[in-house]
Amino acid sequence: MIDVASLPATAQALLLVGAVLAESIILYVGYGAITAAVGADVRRALRGE
Amino acid sequence: MGPVTLALFVGFGLLIGILFGFFGMGGSFLVTPALLVMGYPSRVAVGSGLAFVFGTSVIGALRHRDHGQVDYKLAAIMTVAMTVGIEAGKRVVDSLHAAGTADLVISVTYVGLLAAVGLVTLRDARSAGESSGVDLSERVQALEIPPMIAFRGDVRVSGTLVAGLGLVVGVLSGFLGVGGGFLLMPAMMYGLGVPAAIAVGTDILQITLSGAFGAFVYAKDGLVALPVVATLLLGSALGARIGAGATSLVDDDEIKGYFAAMLLAGSLAVATKRIGTAYDVEILTTASIALVFGATVLVSGAVVLAAVCRLRDGHADAWCRLVTS
Repeated sequence: MIDVASLPATAQALLLVGAVLAESIILYVGYGAITAAVGADVRRALRGE
Repeated sequence: MGPVTLALFVGFGLLIGILFGFFGMGGSFLVTPALLVMGYPSRVAVGSGLAFVFGTSVIGALRHRDHGQVDYKLAAIMTVAMTVGIEAGKRVVDSLHAAGTADLVISVTYVGLLAAVGLVTLRDARSAGESSGVDLSERVQALEIPPMIAFRGDVRVSGTLVAGLGLVVGVLSGFLGVGGGFLLMPAMMYGLGVPAAIAVGTDILQITLSGAFGAFVYAKDGLVALPVVATLLLGSALGARIGAGATSLVDDDEIKGYFAAMLLAGSLAVATKRIGTAYDVEILTTASIALVFGATVLVSGAVVLAAVCRLRDGHADAWCRLVTS
């Protein structure tokens, strides 16, 4: 296990930016999957069909 | 973080995500004051705001890419030119700081620029594309200064002029200490004639790069509250999809109208806060915060309603008449 607190400040900052990037991509893919699954139904419901 | 705070952050992230996905601006402009109100130290609020903007813009850029609304050549030229400009802008701030006039000059310029860009955008939206802004971009496109570069949306313009425009926007961003989204988007639309949706997509890609760098710089000093950023992103990731999707449904002139409303509300909020701080009037500071949050709720709500009305083709509906032309 890597002790993040013991890493140099630059490495910690890179890890943080990487963590934000990873979360963003995971959320993009996750919400994308949900949109693909129910998006068409939601659009139809909004059109009142 | 309790469940109420968690829900508040996710909900606020959702609203900001909608605005960011739709306009390509509004991230740190809204998050930083929100964190300050919640008692976070100012540098942590700025650092966390930048990290949040980075995460949201990654999602927004990916979404706009899916819609074919990103011009990579334009983003690359703008990023390089703006980076140089930002450095120059910071030097102007340093010299003003030494003269003791930095706060006043920056506040007045910020209010003036927000209001001026807001009013020009509003006038253009109301005149449905027949304003002098269109004439300006046509004149810029007619200038044959090499190298001439073709961009998305049938735009062919001098690369030298694009770099010059990026430099000017960069100087202003560095001077004001902002990401530059509210300047870059109208600069591309009115200065170069890039269609609004592509201007937003390209703007967001540029913000992704500058947001990553800003977050890194603040994170090195331990000034990013990761739990806050992670929670806000849960909401904004969904909001950015909704906002970016809405740009495909809502007309260019409607986008410009909402954009103008956000800028004018921002201008009024900054002016109110400045006067409140200068004369120590607490109620003006509170009014400024209420204005920012009120505009966030109203404009994001109007964007979603306009998109839903387009989907339903429901212009006859009373609510829809409020938000569609």
